[in-house]
Amino acid sequence: MTDSNIMPKPVIAGIERRLFLRQTLSLGALSLLTGCDITNNDQVQSVLKLMSRWNDRAQAFLFSDHRLAPTFAESEVVRDFRYNAFFPVADAPQLNAADYRLELSGLIGDKRPWTVEQLHALPQESQITRHVCIEGWSMIGKWSGPRLGDFLQRVGADLSAKYVGFQCADGYSGSIDIPSALHPQTIMAVKFADEIIPAKYGYPFKVRIPTKLGFKNPKWVTTIFVTNRFPGGFWEDRGYNWFSGS
Amino acid sequence: MTIRAPMPAALADRDIQLHPLSRRLMHWINALAILVMIGSGWRIYDYYPALSLNYAFPYYLTLGGDLTVDEAMNDEDGLANALLWHFGAMWVLVINLLLYLIVGIVSGHFRRDFLPVSPRAVMRDLFAALRFRLDHRLGRYNAVQKVFYWGVLAAILVTILSGLSIWKPVQLQWLTALFGGYEFARVVHFFGMAAIVAFLVVHIALAILVPKTLVAMVFGRASSAPHLPREAAND
Repeated sequence: MTDSNIMPKPVIAGIERRLFLRQTLSLGALSLLTGCDITNNDQVQSVLKLMSRWNDRAQAFLFSDHRLAPTFAESEVVRDFRYNAFFPVADAPQLNAADYRLELSGLIGDKRPWTVEQLHALPQESQITRHVCIEGWSMIGKWSGPRLGDFLQRVGADLSAKYVGFQCADGYSGSIDIPSALHPQTIMAVKFADEIIPAKYGYPFKVRIPTKLGFKNPKWVTTIFVTNRFPGGFWEDRGYNWFSGS
Repeated sequence: MTIRAPMPAALADRDIQLHPLSRRLMHWINALAILVMIGSGWRIYDYYPALSLNYAFPYYLTLGGDLTVDEAMNDEDGLANALLWHFGAMWVLVINLLLYLIVGIVSGHFRRDFLPVSPRAVMRDLFAALRFRLDHRLGRYNAVQKVFYWGVLAAILVTILSGLSIWKPVQLQWLTALFGGYEFARVVHFFGMAAIVAFLVVHIALAILVPKTLVAMVFGRASSAPHLPREAAND
């Protein structure tokens, strides 16, 4: 006779339940403690990426083309703004107005390149807004320059397309949705804190989009293109959410 | 204190804890979502702490992949995966919580089990608990438990709302303003998390002390032995 034969049934059930409970608990605890391992699983990665695509759509839905980012007083502007790139400030591209040309490509009617002076000659907008980094830090800055939406209209961009993409002198790239590109506060910031924007902040201009996280604000832009093919971007290709709206 | 009065064994009643399947499912989905939010949140915190405490959560407690594997897979140092977890689990947490609130109100679970909760009963049960004289009876919550459940519910709501306000400081700027602006909302979000973690420590410790509550939350039902005088029960 084995033990199980002499035990009344409810006791066995009780033991089995307890065993099952202990196993589920330890399995749960294990998977949580080694959550790092789950993350790097291919299937988990594809679910996470799928959720990120869903979040792109949710954020596009939340975005309003007439809701403005909060603005701040001159006294709140940080002049010694944080330098931020994936390389040290000494390696920041040093572009000069004589050689620089802004190239246009894709679904744009007039693809003639632009000089720095031409960009400065366009009607200028000024804003004091909060730059929010995906890491969590934020800073209030003052940026000025032509509206990207005005510029795209002027060069005959196909505004029924899906994406505006940017390529930068440092190898960086990024892309945004057309509604965000046409938002009145999305500007080609040729000035920072009322001065010509210095090299470390993106000379000759940084695309300033206060309705998006900092990494969606490319610096040292050399090419603007319009496309229907999803262009991705430097950090987006590395797992950051593409829409990244604020 | 009728609970503590010795009762003739014949009159003693069993305490029964019942949890319907819907509540158990929502409880465990919530538990998982909260743990994912905390684990990934800790890693996000580490990249730029909201508090100037010079403290970082140990990497092995955070969620977002092995750093070297992340680097090899994504050419990125581990923040992206934590963010993907955080903004993925956020939907699970919120949808599940909304369902829980609706079911809790409609079914009368909140009214029946979490109310009433009078300050006097809370003080009485709190002092009893501090002297380790508070009976834990299956199936009915004492006043301290009720306060704890309302408290953690409030903490979860504040953490979700402050989280939304730092996720969308432009589109939901009214909410960000309500939490004292972007920077302060991050601090609120942190302390909301801390309150939830504090609850979890007590919640899990008590579940370990009274394992039948855990049995009930897994299998739907648990009952205690008939209440006997203490001496008899200890035999």
